[in-house]
Amino acid sequence: MDSSAPGSDVIIHCRDLHKSFPDGRGGITAALAGVSLEVRRGLMVALVGPDGAGKTTLIRLIMGLMPTDTGDVAVLGNNIIQHPHAAESDVSYMPQKFGLYEDLTVQENLDLYADLHGVSAADRKTRYPELFTMTNLGRFTKRLAGRLSGGMKQKLGLACALVQSPQLLILDEPTVGVDPVSRQELWAILLNLVKTRSLTLLISTPYLEEAEYCNHAVVMYEGRILTEGSPQDVANHARGRTFRITTPPAIKPRQLVATLLESSLIADAVPEGGDVRLVLKADAPGVAEIPAAVNAVEIKPQLSDGFMVLLRQAVAKTQTAGVASAVNGISAQSKNKSGGTPTVQAATISGQSASHAPITATTDGGKAVVQVHDLVRRFGDFIAVNHVNFDIRKGEIFGLLGPNGAGKSTTFRMLCGLLPLTSGTLRVAGYDLRHARASARQAVGYVAQKFSLYSQLSVQENLAFFASAYGLRGIRRKQRVQWAIAEFDLANLLSNITGGIPDGFKRRLAMACALLHEPAILFLDEPTSGVDPLARREFWQRITAMADQGVTVVVTTHFMEEAEYCDRMVIMMNGRVLAGGTPTEIRTLAMTPDKRDATIEDAFIHVVMEEQKAGLKASAAA
Amino acid sequence: MSRKATFGKPRRIMAMSRKEARQMMRDPSSIALGIVLPLLLILLFGYGLSLDAHHVPVAVVMEDHSPSAQSVFGAFAGSRYFQPRAVNSMVQANRLLTAGTVDGIVRLRHNFSRNLRAGHANIQFTTNSIDANRARLIENYASGVVSGWLAQRELTHGQHYYQPVTIQQQIWFNRSMDSRYFLVPGLLVLIMTLIGALMTALVVAREWERGTFESLFATPVQPGEIVISKIIPYFCLGMVGLAVAVTAARILFQVPIRGSLPVLILVSALYLLVALGMGLLISTRTKNQFIASQAALLLTFLPAMMLSGFIFDIRSMPPAIQAITYVLPARYFVALLQTLFLAGDIWSVILPNAAVLVLMAIIFLGLTRRLTVKRLA
Repeated sequence: MDSSAPGSDVIIHCRDLHKSFPDGRGGITAALAGVSLEVRRGLMVALVGPDGAGKTTLIRLIMGLMPTDTGDVAVLGNNIIQHPHAAESDVSYMPQKFGLYEDLTVQENLDLYADLHGVSAADRKTRYPELFTMTNLGRFTKRLAGRLSGGMKQKLGLACALVQSPQLLILDEPTVGVDPVSRQELWAILLNLVKTRSLTLLISTPYLEEAEYCNHAVVMYEGRILTEGSPQDVANHARGRTFRITTPPAIKPRQLVATLLESSLIADAVPEGGDVRLVLKADAPGVAEIPAAVNAVEIKPQLSDGFMVLLRQAVAKTQTAGVASAVNGISAQSKNKSGGTPTVQAATISGQSASHAPITATTDGGKAVVQVHDLVRRFGDFIAVNHVNFDIRKGEIFGLLGPNGAGKSTTFRMLCGLLPLTSGTLRVAGYDLRHARASARQAVGYVAQKFSLYSQLSVQENLAFFASAYGLRGIRRKQRVQWAIAEFDLANLLSNITGGIPDGFKRRLAMACALLHEPAILFLDEPTSGVDPLARREFWQRITAMADQGVTVVVTTHFMEEAEYCDRMVIMMNGRVLAGGTPTEIRTLAMTPDKRDATIEDAFIHVVMEEQKAGLKASAAA
Repeated sequence: MSRKATFGKPRRIMAMSRKEARQMMRDPSSIALGIVLPLLLILLFGYGLSLDAHHVPVAVVMEDHSPSAQSVFGAFAGSRYFQPRAVNSMVQANRLLTAGTVDGIVRLRHNFSRNLRAGHANIQFTTNSIDANRARLIENYASGVVSGWLAQRELTHGQHYYQPVTIQQQIWFNRSMDSRYFLVPGLLVLIMTLIGALMTALVVAREWERGTFESLFATPVQPGEIVISKIIPYFCLGMVGLAVAVTAARILFQVPIRGSLPVLILVSALYLLVALGMGLLISTRTKNQFIASQAALLLTFLPAMMLSGFIFDIRSMPPAIQAITYVLPARYFVALLQTLFLAGDIWSVILPNAAVLVLMAIIFLGLTRRLTVKRLA
């Protein structure tokens, strides 16, 4: 299209965009607070940032799908504020849920979008085979889109977006909820597309590491652009401050992380490959100042390291109550800000656990508190959980990993006694779930993904309700409620209506309620999905502390890197366990003589590939 | 862009309608609503909720065993409205009535035939009046049976009994006074409302829920095209529902169609457009299926059932409620249906009612078109 001014290669131009939404509590929240952005022709631009950063809102404004509060948007030289749909025949867009009609077949979806975009029969003849080769969907043209796996849906969504030949392709979080193998394949397709077609690509993702595939990364946080530049530029914010620390033999990496995060000098610490990856804050003097960081070796920073440095800076600058309270105690403590009873307590708990608690490997050889044997769950002719086996030992953090639809949640619900099993045996805390579901439930605490709190009740009333629901009374009830208030720093919030407190506190309250009856096992379903990276780190600190106190924690997650916090885990896909073991054991699966630093994600991809190979061999033999 | 715009519109409408039709056909609930539901409603209302009384069980207390008393019993037994059983005492009859085994008691006292000859015989009739309407109906039927019996007796005996006034009933339109004859046409209102308003409100909400609108809005499709392509398949489904209901009404219950069939089809199509307009209008304001279905039920289906004159006569409603019925499209459709089924092509009724429906279709569809924009919020 020739509408863009001659000589100008600016494909997207945004100036000072503001957009607010009602927050459901009578106020408004700013989704975008002054965003300016320029995307140049032929670039592959990643829009990265945690959930809630404003990525989707920005994309929708660029697509003309929502009116802006203030600011300008131009796409391919068209003023989108005045003519929201002016650019639509040269821009293709795939929204978060891929925009597919699940009750139409692959071919019918493709035809629909081809018709809507006015693609001629001649063009289809050449483009369809191209798209089918690219996405590997050629064999499935007659299958209903609803029957495709997440990865295949994602590819079909992309194919539908590419039936026309757009100048600009915008993809909103195409890799969320999709297994790592499909994610890798998608990036390969996209890289090839940008190379072979003259295409500009804007792609949003909550996975910071994915930005490294692109030429340009725009890092967003809380409705603002934190920084932008090449992935290397972003990573360089952490240059000279990123270290690898070898975990001493007596403790676990996650315990070292908990100790390290107490220091106010640290921007980030995460377990990685059995060691700990440490990033210092921008104003930290040096790694020598941190007593726990022995044998620190400087390593090359990644984009996510640079992001954490910037994020800590941004949080320190924004002293607004909202940010400080939504974020964990670490940053507030580091600045010694505002009468921080809660944050100090948070730190003491984790501090205690790390320094005084018996840090010895409590779990090794511990007895199994959860035994899963040959577990099967069917829904009609669909096998959601297919002959699954594993044991969970006392005091261990156990992870169920896998993409959406892997069978994690179904397994989880059966473990919690919320869903009957089709066949197999399941023992939780010594009770057979086939016969003693009620007794087993007394021994477990469960935090659902959506918290299951009563949002119209106050924090205190929620605690009181759950205490009575678990049958606590008298002195014990009083003690437990007091314990929960202290442990989860809820004292200042007791009379607040639960619906109105920040999500971070809701998560704490939900955990507090689930622990009131002192369960031996705590089940957490996707506790970190949709959570800010800072809050995610706080969460794992807390979980570490609880495991050290002897609580067995079972957690599901689709963030592969979080597996590093677990003592042991199973990786699930399509209802089956593909691999199980400690993080080290899992990583070993993907190691080759020339690749010593495999991640959990590498291992996952490796295991899936092996499985597919075996499947192909089997079908070839038959 | 112009190269695409020329032939784009009809092609896009085709593509969108085809997509909508495929989704409809693959969704078992739309088939259920379009074909199974009309049949089910016809059967339910036709057999279950008839407002007539048939084969009412009554106890006849035979305190008198004379031939005259016997012939009264015979008259009840011969009527299709009653199923009499002879008992010997009032005590026994009362017990049957209390137990609900019978709905009424006919008492022929021991002096019945003597009094009959003397010209002042009376028959005591007791009914279970829990359901007052039904009781009144049964009472009327009973006196009908007795007067029939008297007339018969007059003929055979050549005797004249003193009967000062005879009531001659005149029944217009619904000649056999079968309540099915007005209930079944009324059902068309319910069926058309469900298909037109509820289903479209649901399918639009589903597009919001599944996020498919977001990618549709990013294509060159126009809002008007989205509206038209939602209307076409559901209009067809509604007409299938109409055909099913009318055929079933004809075959199963021999409901007459005294007006002409083309006019019936035309006014039904008109009402269907109004219902589609209401459903789509609701869907412009609701973005999840639960709220959409609640809104459609409350705003379209329930008023069509309660206030259209289909079950309850509008003239016997309080004035305020009567005033409300004027804004209900169902009211006009019920008037049209009852005329077309039971009276005939009475243009003085058809034209004004149809005119109101045309106006409403224009208003609802026009508003929908205006309120449908390619925006997420």
